[in-house]
Amino acid sequence: MVHHSLSPRQYLILGLVAISAPLGDSCLARGMAAMPAITLAHPGSLIAAVFTPWIALGIALLIGFFASYLTALSWADLTFVLPATAFGYVIIALLARFWLHESISLERWAGIVLITLGVGFVAQGPSLTQHPAPEAEESAGREPEEPKVETR
Amino acid sequence: MTISLATVPLPATINPWVAAAMIAAVVLASTTGEVLTAAAMKSIGDLDVIRAHSGLKGAIRAVLTCPLFFAGVFFLALAFFSLLFALNHLNLSLVGPASASLTLVTNAVAGKIFLKENVDRRRWAAAVLVCIGVYLLAH
Repeated sequence: MVHHSLSPRQYLILGLVAISAPLGDSCLARGMAAMPAITLAHPGSLIAAVFTPWIALGIALLIGFFASYLTALSWADLTFVLPATAFGYVIIALLARFWLHESISLERWAGIVLITLGVGFVAQGPSLTQHPAPEAEESAGREPEEPKVETR
Repeated sequence: MTISLATVPLPATINPWVAAAMIAAVVLASTTGEVLTAAAMKSIGDLDVIRAHSGLKGAIRAVLTCPLFFAGVFFLALAFFSLLFALNHLNLSLVGPASASLTLVTNAVAGKIFLKENVDRRRWAAAVLVCIGVYLLAH
């Protein structure tokens, strides 16, 4: 059996994975940029950083990300979930463009197109690699090494 | 401490090898962590099904009793703190895209080798396209 389609609930979880990670990262970046330089000689200051507001918010978002990420990994391949995660960057860039009216350079538009294409490629394929018994593998008709080129 | 830190100027141009080492540390730790976590979640099974059978507590218990999960979390935590460390020394515009895009490719390789995932042409193409895309977008 090949999992081609995901339920709406599973798409919702992938959406959460996509949006919470870049939002959380942005909060962390904002928080860390405001900190003085941290050296390996004083690793304790990294722990103190955790309790500043932006970094705490970033961590809360990343905990939400992690919960949905774990759920997604329980029913989909890592190589399926990761490009979906990257799609979050596209969502954030489009939000910045149409909501915050930031300008997006040609280079960034190119990035948006490439990520969208990549995610589209993966989304067309199965979400989970099956490792069935040999006879079942035959009937599934998928070769693990070199699949036939699909023209779709 | 604050005085000595304040008098040390932030390096405008950091040694490129040091920068590469910082990024490599983030990429290596996060790839290891993600592969271990993915292996753990596959060994546990569909969390939605587990939750339907034994509730949220059952699902949380299933995750928290998996040793492989903690191995994954350890490396993800290592990746997180290496990222914090790198962000403090390098620009987000370098660390963000470099680590995010490289991790996609290393994960595709590691997913194929260690998780035996069916990384077909479609997924290779996606890994490369998204890798370049993330770099362009975040740079």
